[in-house]
Amino acid sequence: MNRAGENIKNERIEIRLLLEAVNLKYGYDFRNYSFAHVKRRLEKRLNLSGMDNFSQMQHRLIYDASFFNLILFDLSINVTEMFRDPWVYKKIRGTVIPVLKTYPYIKVWHAGCSTGQEVYSMAILLEEEGMKKRAQLYATDFNELILSRAKDGIYPMDVMRKYINNYQKSGGKKDFSDYYAADYSHAIIKRGLRDKILFSSHNLVTDGVFGEMNLILCRNVLIYFDKALQNRVLKLFHDSLCPGGFLCLGTKESIKFSELSDAFELVCDQEKIYRKRR
Amino acid sequence: MAVSKQSYDAIVIGVSAGGLVALTEILPKFDKDMTLPVMIVQHQHHDSDDFLVRYFDHLCRHSVREVEDKMPVESGTIYFAPANYHLLVEPDKTLSLSTEARVNYSRPSIDVLFESAADAYTDRLVGIILTGANSDGTHGAARIKKLGGLIIVQDPETAEAQAMPMSVIKHVQVDHILPLNTIGDFINRLNQEGYSF
Repeated sequence: MNRAGENIKNERIEIRLLLEAVNLKYGYDFRNYSFAHVKRRLEKRLNLSGMDNFSQMQHRLIYDASFFNLILFDLSINVTEMFRDPWVYKKIRGTVIPVLKTYPYIKVWHAGCSTGQEVYSMAILLEEEGMKKRAQLYATDFNELILSRAKDGIYPMDVMRKYINNYQKSGGKKDFSDYYAADYSHAIIKRGLRDKILFSSHNLVTDGVFGEMNLILCRNVLIYFDKALQNRVLKLFHDSLCPGGFLCLGTKESIKFSELSDAFELVCDQEKIYRKRR
Repeated sequence: MAVSKQSYDAIVIGVSAGGLVALTEILPKFDKDMTLPVMIVQHQHHDSDDFLVRYFDHLCRHSVREVEDKMPVESGTIYFAPANYHLLVEPDKTLSLSTEARVNYSRPSIDVLFESAADAYTDRLVGIILTGANSDGTHGAARIKKLGGLIIVQDPETAEAQAMPMSVIKHVQVDHILPLNTIGDFINRLNQEGYSF
């Protein structure tokens, strides 16, 4: 192996030690995150900080909590939108909702809800399907600051315009502006929708089973985990679903490469909707 | 002077404007016994479907797939990054996706693929930059070069858009600048014989 290849190996050791330090000091466990992703994010912070290497970063983050908070944000990706991939919501409306309607009461969990756009989308969908009164929505994230933003339900008006487009493509039945109040720059999701959702802190890496759900949505979260952690989380979802309960992943995520591939049946391949086998 | 031979484990390709024509000139030319896996970032609109994958799967001898997260890299297979996701190679040679912010205004970004693939394959990686109207891929090509890999650039004279290959030629010590119609055969020879220098 050449010198550069050796350096890459050494750097991997430094990164693993840094993640160990984060876990020991702050209790956030990123050790089983997708390595290439973690390295990319840490490298970006390294370049901004002017430090020479990951070992220096490790030392600084142990003694400087505000520096760690920057890293915490670097490592959590908060890219989301309302009715993201509108065709997925259309499929949920057409395929999942008719089954959920056969239950007297349903529970829906958005795991890794980030700033909340997708859980509000689901609340709107359930309201339009006449199921709001007999549904409880749960939304969780490990990042408390992000979670409080989700709870506020306030979004800039310019992104709301994109959301309107998504909403219409998803098979929305009403005027989207019925669901929020707006001033010039921001929109706030209306109280009736916000009140349906219980926001709470939950870490998929370290926390346990979360009630008996009829539907779990976790889209574009597992892509940041390595295979071992993906297996753990899929097991957690399996244990948190009622028999015949639905699991909806991101459209490029798959349980095909996991240990749980036989525990679910595939309902829709394009939309990555699965159902727990009875 | 002794001739040493370097062989490779994987190829990454970055391509933007004009990519359909360029890739059509290269991918179907691969021999049946081309065993190197090929990972491709082709810039496309974020709403694009899997047209590219279906088109090339029909056209090529090799299996062409759109990447799903944590797919293992298999020999003789051609992988495309899905629209609106970054593609990364993990140290254990599985493929990861990410929705983090655009890099060089692009998602997928060529730099993201090239830099992670360089880390995973070090000196056993070939990076190829084709036609394109921006400079995505230049940092990635530099990393591949730094770790001992091989960099091939499409001769800008034969490129529909010259900016992307020009940028790499300007900033990176590239190994070969090849006209579009010779790249496919060059890769076939690389696969059979390794690379002598």
